[in-house]
Amino acid sequence: MRNIHLNHITKSFGSTRVLRGVSLAIEDGEFVTLLGPSGCGKSTLLRILAGLEVQDSGSVTIGERSVDGVRPKLRDVAMVFQSYALYPHMTVAANMALPLRVRRLSAWQRLPILRWIVPGTRRVSSEIEEEITRTAKALGIGHLLSRKPGQLSGGQRQRVAVGRAIVRHPAVFLMDEPLSNLDAKLRVQMRAEIKDLHRRLGVTFVYVTHDQAEAMTLSDRVAVMLDGELIQVAPPQEIYSDPDDRRVAEFVGSPKINLLEGVVRERGSVDAAGTNFHLLSDAPPGAALALGIRSEAFHLSECGGANTLTGAVRLIEHMGSDLFVHLAIPGSEHPVIARLLPERAPHIASGQTLHLGVRPERLLLFDADGKRLRPDNRENDNVLRMKEHA
Amino acid sequence: MSIAASSLEDEAGSASVTPAARKALRHQRIAETLAAWSLAGPALILLVVLFFLPVFAVFLVALTDWQFGATSLAFVGFGNFEELFADQGFRASFVNTIVYVVIVVPGTIVLGLVIALLIESGKSCRAFYRAVHFLPFMATLTAMAIAWEALLHPTIGLVNQTLAGFGLPTANWLRDEATVLPVLAVIGIWQNLGYAMVLFLAGLKSIPQDLYDAADIDGADLWLDRLRTVTLPMLGPVTMFVFIVVALKAFETFDTVQILTQGGPGHASEMLLFTLYRESFQYLRTGYGASVAVVFLAIVVALTLIQARVMDKRVHYQ
Amino acid sequence: MSAHHLAPPFAILRHTALLITGALILVPFVWMVSLSIKPPGEIFRAGFSLWPEQFYGVENYTRALTKAPLPQYMLNGVIVCAMIVVLQTFVCAPAAYALAKLEFPGRNLLFAMVLIALILPHEVLSLPLFILGYQLGILNTYAALIFPYVVSPFGIFLFRQFFKTIPDDVVHAARLDGLSELAIVWRIMVPMALPAIIAFGIFSIVSHWNSLFWPLIAVRDQSLMPPPLGIMAFKNDEAGNDYGPLMAASTLVVAPLIIAFLSAQRWFVEGMTGGAVK
Repeated sequence: MRNIHLNHITKSFGSTRVLRGVSLAIEDGEFVTLLGPSGCGKSTLLRILAGLEVQDSGSVTIGERSVDGVRPKLRDVAMVFQSYALYPHMTVAANMALPLRVRRLSAWQRLPILRWIVPGTRRVSSEIEEEITRTAKALGIGHLLSRKPGQLSGGQRQRVAVGRAIVRHPAVFLMDEPLSNLDAKLRVQMRAEIKDLHRRLGVTFVYVTHDQAEAMTLSDRVAVMLDGELIQVAPPQEIYSDPDDRRVAEFVGSPKINLLEGVVRERGSVDAAGTNFHLLSDAPPGAALALGIRSEAFHLSECGGANTLTGAVRLIEHMGSDLFVHLAIPGSEHPVIARLLPERAPHIASGQTLHLGVRPERLLLFDADGKRLRPDNRENDNVLRMKEHA
Repeated sequence: MSIAASSLEDEAGSASVTPAARKALRHQRIAETLAAWSLAGPALILLVVLFFLPVFAVFLVALTDWQFGATSLAFVGFGNFEELFADQGFRASFVNTIVYVVIVVPGTIVLGLVIALLIESGKSCRAFYRAVHFLPFMATLTAMAIAWEALLHPTIGLVNQTLAGFGLPTANWLRDEATVLPVLAVIGIWQNLGYAMVLFLAGLKSIPQDLYDAADIDGADLWLDRLRTVTLPMLGPVTMFVFIVVALKAFETFDTVQILTQGGPGHASEMLLFTLYRESFQYLRTGYGASVAVVFLAIVVALTLIQARVMDKRVHYQ
Repeated sequence: MSAHHLAPPFAILRHTALLITGALILVPFVWMVSLSIKPPGEIFRAGFSLWPEQFYGVENYTRALTKAPLPQYMLNGVIVCAMIVVLQTFVCAPAAYALAKLEFPGRNLLFAMVLIALILPHEVLSLPLFILGYQLGILNTYAALIFPYVVSPFGIFLFRQFFKTIPDDVVHAARLDGLSELAIVWRIMVPMALPAIIAFGIFSIVSHWNSLFWPLIAVRDQSLMPPPLGIMAFKNDEAGNDYGPLMAASTLVVAPLIIAFLSAQRWFVEGMTGGAVK
C-alpha cells in the first residue's frame, strides 16, 4: 500500500506562514489535485511531500513509513516540474537515464572511462538504454533521444520530463503545474495523455495546478487550497455542486458563481437584492447570509416574485451551445450571470427586462464566515458522516 | 475515501506531532548544514590560511622591527610608519606612485573612450580594431617591457631615431630623472587603454536605441549633439567604474619598474610595490616592508570601497 | 551608437584615426619581432627598416631556445597555470554551489569573507605567504608557485553569480533523481555553468602566465621559473647587449596568449573583464 498521509504540516518562509497545519490522506493509486491560486502554498506542500523542503512541523508518511528526514532520493517519488528542469547539457537519453544510472550503477561504475573495467557496467548500461528506448517510444519521443532539450518544442520537453519521471517506476508521481507552459491546444491534448498515463501506471498521482479545468478533468479528488489551508477535499463534481466554503464556490466554476448578500427575515426566508428567497435552511432571523447561485441554476420565468430576480439585460454572450446573459439587478453591486439554452431564449435582446427564477434546493447558502449552511436534512447527514470517520 | 481536511479543525495540530518526527526533521536540517559546510569547507580553510591569517600577520609584523632570519624581534608600535614617512626613498616612492596614477588614469580613460567611440561609430572592422587595441592588455608585460626598452634605447631605439629624423631633441628616456616616470606612465597607458576601451564598448552597447531616436526627434541629430545629449551622460557610471579599476591597476604597477628601471635613476621611478618588494625580499627588512604593505593595502581598500559604492549605483545597464 | 548618420568623409576619418592608433599600439610588437629576426650588426646600425637585409631569425630563435632554458620556462608556465586553474575550480565550485543554492547557518559570514578576500591584493599578502612557504619548506618548488592561488575569491564569486541563475528546480530534479550534493556540483552545475568556468579559466591562466611578482619571491632555480621570471633572468644574464635572441625569447613568451586571444577573442574579452562587462 502506497497511501500518503500528511499530518498537520506547517511551513513558514520568514514571517510568511505558507502552510497552516495541512492534513491530507491520499489513497494508493488515487489521482489527487491540489487546486488553488498562486501563492496558496500548494507547490510548497508538494515539495515537502517530495522532501525538497523541510516542514516546520507535522509529519509525512508514504506507505505507512514515516519519511520525515528521509532524502528525496529514498522516498520513491518522482516529480515533473513546471519548468521541466531538464538538464540542458545532456541529451534526452542522458536526461532520462540519469535517475536509473544513479540507482543501478555503483559509484565505481559511474567513473569516467574507468567504469568500463568495473564488472557489470556494460550489462547494466545496456539494460538502462533498452528501458529508456522503450519508455521514449511509448511517449512518442523515441526519435528525439539524441537531441538536447534546447532543440525541443515545449510539448516535447514536457514528454521528456514525464519520461524521466516514469522510467524509475516510482510509487508516487508528483506534478507541479506541468502544463502551464504549454499553449492552450497542447494543454488539452496533454491533459488527456496524463489521464491515460495514470490509468496505465496505476500509481498515486499528486498534481498541483491553478487551472480548475485540469483539476476537474483529471482528478479522483480535488483538494482546494487557499491561504495555506485545505478548504475542501472532495471529488470534482462535489467540489463544484456542493462546496463547503464560499471561497471554494467562488474559486471553482466559470463563469464565477453569482453571490447575493442577504439577511434572514424569518426562518426559511431571506431578503437579498430586493427579492425574497425561500430557503431549505433554518438560519436564525437577522443572520447575514450569502446566496450562491450557479449560472445554470437559473430558469427563465414569466413574472417576478419570490425566488425570482428581475433586471435589465446588459450583455448577451453567445457561446454556441450556451447563452450567457448578464443582468443588472437593482440592489446588487455585480451583474448576475445566467447560463441559458439558446433554443429556449431566442428572443432576448439587450436592455430587455428579464425574470430569472431559482429553485430553493439550488441555492448555496454561506454564513457570515463563509461557511456553507447546508439544507437541514443534509447537514445532519453530514455530521453523522464526519462522526463515522472520526 | 476519507475526508481529511482537518486543517479546518484548527490547531490541535502541533501537539499531535510525535517527538520522533520532530527529531527526524532536525536531523534533516543538520544533514543539509553538514553537506553545505563540507562543500565549502576546503574553500573556507584556504581562505583563512591564505588570506585572513596573512593579512592579520602583516598588521602584526608591521608593528615590529623583525628582520627575516633574525631570532629576536621587538615591538616598536608605529615606529615603522614614522620611519616610513621620514624616509626620503619612501616619500619619493609614494609621490611617484601618485604622479604615475594621475597621468595613467586620465590618459587611459580619455584614449579608451575616444577609441571606443570611434569603433562604435561605424560598422566595419569593429572586431579587428577591438582586437588590435586590446592586444597589449593580454601580452606578458615583462616581455613587452623588454621590447619597450629596445624602442627607448638611447642610440639604436626607434623612438630616438624617429625624433632625430625629424630634427627633434632626443633623450635617454629611462635614465633621465625628468623623463623616466612619464615614460613608464606611457607604457601603463599603452597597456591598459584596451581594457578601458572594452569596458566603454560594453557601456555603449547597453545604451538603448530609443534614447538616440528620442534625441533625433528632439532635434539633436548631429553626431556631436547625440554624443553630448545621450552618449556621454549615459556613460557616466561606467566611466566611474573604469576610473577605479584603472587606478587600482596603476597602483599595482611593478613589472615595468622591476624590468626597466629598478626604481632609478635615484628614486625617480620607484613605486610602492617595488619598494614593498625591495624592503621585504631584498633588504629583508620584514617589519618595515610590512608597514609598506599596510600603506598599500589602505590605498587599495579605500579605492575598492569607492568602487563598491559605484557598482551599487550602476543601475543604467544591468 | 548607431551609424546611420555617418557620412562617407566621416567613415574615412574613422578608419584613418583607428589605423593610426592601432599602428601606434602595435609598434612595440612589431619592433620586437623585427629585432628578433635581425643580425646584431643590423640591430646596432641606425635605421628604420623592419625587414632585415640578412634574415637572422633562425639563429636568434635557436639561441633563445637553447642558450636560456626557454622551453623549460614555458613548460613551467603551463604546469603552474594548469595546476592553479584545476585546483581553483575544485575548491571554488563546491563552495560557490553551497553559497548559491544551500541554506545553512554561517552562509552570510562565508560570503562576507569571500568579498573581503576579493579586495585584498596578493602582493600585500606576499610577506606572510613567503614565511608560510618557508616554514613548510616548499619555497623554490612548483608548490611554492601554486599554493597562494589554490583558492580564488573571484572564482567563488563568479561561480556563485552564475549558479544563482540556474533554476532551483534543476537542483531539485537532480536530488529526486538521486544525485548527491557533490554530484550535483560536478554533473549538473559545472557543465551548465561552462561559459563562466571557461571565462574564469582564461582570466586565471592569463594572470598567472603573465605574473612576475610572486614567482620572483617564490623560486630561485632556473628550472622552476615561469616565463616572465625566466625572461627577466635571461635579460640580466645577457646584460642587455644580445638583443636578437632576447627579442626572440620575448616573442615566444608573448606568442601563446596572443595566438589564443586572436582565435577566441570573445571568450578572452569576457574572461579578462571578469563579468564587469556584463
